[in-house]
Amino acid sequence: MIQQLIFAVLTIVAGWFAFSNFFKIRRNILLGRELEENEEASGNWKNVFLIAFGQKKMFKRFVPAVLHLFIYVAFLFTQIELIEIFIDGITGKHRIFASALSPFYGFLISFIEILSVLAFVATVIFLWRRNLLKVPRLVKSEMNGWPTLDGNLILIGEILLLLGIFTMNGTDVLLQKLDPSHFPSTGNLAVSSFLGPFLFDGLDVGTLKILERTGWWLHFITILGFLNYLPFSKHLHIFLAFPNVYYSKEQRGAMENMPQIMNEVKSMMGLIEEETPMTEELPEFGAKDVNGLSWKNILEAYTCTECGRCTSACPANITGKKLSPRKVMMDVRDRAEEVGKELDKGVALEEIIKDTSLFDRITEEELFACTACNACVEECPVMINPLDVILQMRRYKILTEAGGPSEWLPMFTSIENSGSVWQVSDARDAWTKE
Amino acid sequence: MSKVKTIAEMKAEGKSPEVFFWVGCAGSFDARAQRVTKALVKILDSVGIDYAILGSEESCTGDPARRAGNEFVFQMTALQNIETLNMYEVKKMITACPHCFNTIKNDYPALGGNYEIQHHTQFINALIAEGKLKIDGGGFEGKKITYHDSCYLGRVNDEYIAPRKVMEALDIDLIELKRSKKNGLCCGAGGAQMFKEDEPGNTRINEKRMDEIIATGADIVAANCPFCITMLGDGAKAKESDVMVYDISELIVQSNNL
Repeated sequence: MIQQLIFAVLTIVAGWFAFSNFFKIRRNILLGRELEENEEASGNWKNVFLIAFGQKKMFKRFVPAVLHLFIYVAFLFTQIELIEIFIDGITGKHRIFASALSPFYGFLISFIEILSVLAFVATVIFLWRRNLLKVPRLVKSEMNGWPTLDGNLILIGEILLLLGIFTMNGTDVLLQKLDPSHFPSTGNLAVSSFLGPFLFDGLDVGTLKILERTGWWLHFITILGFLNYLPFSKHLHIFLAFPNVYYSKEQRGAMENMPQIMNEVKSMMGLIEEETPMTEELPEFGAKDVNGLSWKNILEAYTCTECGRCTSACPANITGKKLSPRKVMMDVRDRAEEVGKELDKGVALEEIIKDTSLFDRITEEELFACTACNACVEECPVMINPLDVILQMRRYKILTEAGGPSEWLPMFTSIENSGSVWQVSDARDAWTKE
Repeated sequence: MSKVKTIAEMKAEGKSPEVFFWVGCAGSFDARAQRVTKALVKILDSVGIDYAILGSEESCTGDPARRAGNEFVFQMTALQNIETLNMYEVKKMITACPHCFNTIKNDYPALGGNYEIQHHTQFINALIAEGKLKIDGGGFEGKKITYHDSCYLGRVNDEYIAPRKVMEALDIDLIELKRSKKNGLCCGAGGAQMFKEDEPGNTRINEKRMDEIIATGADIVAANCPFCITMLGDGAKAKESDVMVYDISELIVQSNNL
């Protein structure tokens, strides 16, 4: 009874904390502006199935894809055990599916156990890749400090989960023989039927029961811990990858149109009747801060799991420039978090964005190193588009601040005055007369 | 090269071109890219297609301005082009520049410009497939040839096959670059980088790409974009390499002795 009470209180408190933090993330995402007409994606279930659920784009890099798949599939199937733990926690009925799914139960749990072993192997390899092998994209400068710790904490958390599961199942196998009335038979388990006796043989019923509950609680508390850790971690991709892929556009070539400028130019050219209302303030074009970006851009920033595939394919980054598309996305998230925290303190948005902006984090040197080659867009396994953020911030620099590289000015003037990217004296069709 | 007609001249004769050739700034003014323009003209002549250009009525599509962030300049030049193209009732277009290609194909519809545009490698590939363009083949025996995918034909518009099919028709035994197709490395010109110096770094992007090309042992690198051709040419010079950079249309002109 006391266990059920603790279980219920813990679940409710942890659930409430997690919920309130997820709600803040939702608010931060909605700081972004609405999508323009040609930015909207119709909502793509096929991609949700293939790319988010099916991990299609992960398989561009086979080895990490397979290792990631082990952890991902193990995570999906372990939910069956989580449901059992939940029912046990509330009703006190141990392993409810053991009788309900009787002939298949052993097979099901065995399947989860094999996946868990694979996930364990993958986790260890991932720790090795991050900390010993130091895969270049995982140790770039933007990963210093919290992002590196974050990555390791998640992997350690995964090991705790597995430790919990195997302690719980291993002791259970022995307890089924010693106390069959409370521990229904699971049938032979692929891993625990061997690992259990190997580790716990000879222990008395009391100790085994304590160990079983320890494993059980460890697994459950780690889950609650993860749930509350997610809002602060890159690991949020386990949820957000799905909506992010759903709302992602596949079309790459078009930049978001700016109807306000289009209409002004049209009226300048006499193509439409002038109807632009006079405004007191100078209009702001492009993105200076998170509220200038779209909500989709911010959703992408929260979806990013900092794998760095984008950066490792970026021609600017490869040749030693400061630009890293991953850092751009991390900066957007950090800025959204910063703005969110200020809002929590009761500061008005106008006040927050008055003296600070996204440009405190992302420099012109980074923005103007981009070749718009779309390699980062192609690389992202969850359809994040760092280029879109870069181009919107360029628009702010050029249109609102009249800044940007001075070398571009002759090109702009030349297009405007002579319709060519170069200032040339020849006629455009001079080549036909040679 | 026979006389190149502008669409105005052709309309004055009461004729309509089968296809409209968008030349672009590079193709019109850059000495190296003019050779590609002329190569394409020779191919069009050899199959006897009625085509026309805009001539002095053509302006920059606005791609570098838009991707630099200057939407005003983009809108000005783009809307002007759309006005002109719509006035001449242009429907089907080809171009030898993947940046013009992309902007007309993907950026112009939102501004009211809807055209059917093909990159010249797609157009040439179709001509070969329909049997209109006969390739003599040969001329490249013993030559090691690799191919550089441009970002705006490849990754952005997903066209990897047409240029490769054309090279296959030329009997070229292609050596693929390690980074190719979806994973192709940019030449360094996109996003208006063509018009500015690289930001500080270890190497220039075009030199990095040329290193990768040299590593294949190729004598020739085929390309499909005037900006790539400039960048890779400069890369070869910087690396003191003998690798020749050609547009795919130039390889056809060589092979067919046009």
